[in-house]
Amino acid sequence: MTMTNDATGTAKKKLGLKERYALMTRGLDWETTYQPMEDVFPYATYEGIKVHDWDKWEDPFRLTMDAYWKYQAEKEQKLYAIMDAFAQNNGHLGLTDARYINALKLFLTGVTPLEYMAHRGFAHVGRQLPGVGARVACQMQSLDELRHAQTQIHSMSNYNKLYDGFHSWRHMHDRVWYLSVPKSFFDDAITAGPFEYMIAIGFSFEYVLTNLLFVPFISGAAYNGDMGAMAFGFSAQSDESRHMTLGLEAIKFMLEQDPDNLPIVQHWIDKWFWRGYRVLTLVAMMLDYMLPKKVMSWKEAWEVYAEQNGGALFADLARYGIRPPLGWQQACDDKDHLSHQAWATFYQYQAAAPFHTWVPSEEDMAWQADKYPDTFDKYYRPRFEQWAQMEAEGNRFNNGTLPLLCQVCQIPMLFTEPGDPTRICYRESEYKGETYHTCSDGCKNIFDHEQEKYIQAWLPVHQIYQGNCFGPDADPTSPDFNPLLEVIKWYGYNVGVDNRPYEGSEDQTNFRAWKQQTTSNAPAAG
Amino acid sequence: MSTVFIAFQTNETSRGIVEAIEEDNPTAVVQEQPAMVKVDVPDSMTIRRSTIEEKLGRRFDLQEMHVHLITLSGHIDESDDEFNLSWKQ
Repeated sequence: MTMTNDATGTAKKKLGLKERYALMTRGLDWETTYQPMEDVFPYATYEGIKVHDWDKWEDPFRLTMDAYWKYQAEKEQKLYAIMDAFAQNNGHLGLTDARYINALKLFLTGVTPLEYMAHRGFAHVGRQLPGVGARVACQMQSLDELRHAQTQIHSMSNYNKLYDGFHSWRHMHDRVWYLSVPKSFFDDAITAGPFEYMIAIGFSFEYVLTNLLFVPFISGAAYNGDMGAMAFGFSAQSDESRHMTLGLEAIKFMLEQDPDNLPIVQHWIDKWFWRGYRVLTLVAMMLDYMLPKKVMSWKEAWEVYAEQNGGALFADLARYGIRPPLGWQQACDDKDHLSHQAWATFYQYQAAAPFHTWVPSEEDMAWQADKYPDTFDKYYRPRFEQWAQMEAEGNRFNNGTLPLLCQVCQIPMLFTEPGDPTRICYRESEYKGETYHTCSDGCKNIFDHEQEKYIQAWLPVHQIYQGNCFGPDADPTSPDFNPLLEVIKWYGYNVGVDNRPYEGSEDQTNFRAWKQQTTSNAPAAG
Repeated sequence: MSTVFIAFQTNETSRGIVEAIEEDNPTAVVQEQPAMVKVDVPDSMTIRRSTIEEKLGRRFDLQEMHVHLITLSGHIDESDDEFNLSWKQ
């Protein structure tokens, strides 16, 4: 206990951290008398998680709401100072290359809406969990996630003034084929019960996987000259440390409360590790293909943040009887393939994506070969060289056939069989006389465990074929009806501008011209 | 043997924090990466308020770390004077 002097100069005792935390998180709730407790907390028991003593819940950071506001306000001041300075100084012209901006387009359309859903999810779970310590922590996280959504939108709105593809991110999130991957991930979590949500987002996503999203990519943003993204990313990740801690506390608490909770929790870990890992396919591609100056490969990031750190985590949780998630080994094996398979898919479907793609340069392919000595030259380089040649001949390869999507992760069937990178992996399940397709053993297991949930999936390709993805002015009976063009219009793209190759794009020509202006008073050429 | 880590944004405050960690944890491995610094320590890490105050030359509340923190791993045990990270296994 420390002694401080107050304004009158008399010494008074200051409470220690543990005492302050106890005072600010205990005794704040009560047993209801007008209504039965099970009506006040209607979702607390149906998942089968048994809790005997909520007071055993403790936030290891021992952060209280007053300290929370203080430090969050400081973080915001730092963040906005950097973002303002970046905008005031035309910071975008310090970027390594305008190709970088495409990673931000993917981030804003794919990740930022998830921050907002996380805000809603933690507000909901914070309301539904009967323990007050857990409720305080969820309240903080809910506010954090709202802050993340807002700061990301602010930071990236600077780019929207100058570059293509940022204008309709919210509209796109509910419609576009690959955005259904992150969207359905969070919709899946938020429609689960409160304990499953804590394992899905608090533990599996925050603890096991977000480092891969925020740390190497944001360090990469800094490396490529984007102070705005660096500021929001690290500011967000500073909250993530608290979120990871909450996730770890949630799992320890459930496992310590009752031995019957173990199999339920283990199944959720299996399920949500795989769901989250599939979403990170996009991040693998951002690291390896979309950062002009690369900071670390997906494989290296996976080794540090998943294999080393996740390995330590699961070794630690073994004392409760928890084993590493099903699919862990396959995810580790796939680290040599993931980004290459993903980027090749976006390249082929350029016309359907509102960001630009390109064939990696010879120099970039040398980097890939160095980082992926066992796979890149053997499996992936020949395809890119073929496509580069086709481009040079004026015959860029565009795939006009809509892909089959996985019923669970909603990613096109692009992943290969374990142990055989030359064969696409397909799995099938029968349910009520219908056949459902999944991309992997991981997704098939998830489907087979909860068929009624996943048969309701809104799969973009199915929806297109059912005619649900055209605007009101589309006329399928007209002789020149072009269904794919109508879908792209319905997505809200600026057709022919957003969804074209990087080479020759407005982004590329504008960036080049603006860069020239930075060292000259002459009007921009071209 | 498992490793715990902590990472901070590169700035003047985190420089003092990292120096303090190095002093109090002789097995610490410091990695500078673009805009960030990551410190790995086998098994467990102790961050002491008093050492940080010595390095920064001013009073320091350990919860100020939240402002500069990027990520960490391991179980946390925090008091006014020490912030510990460890794996139990």
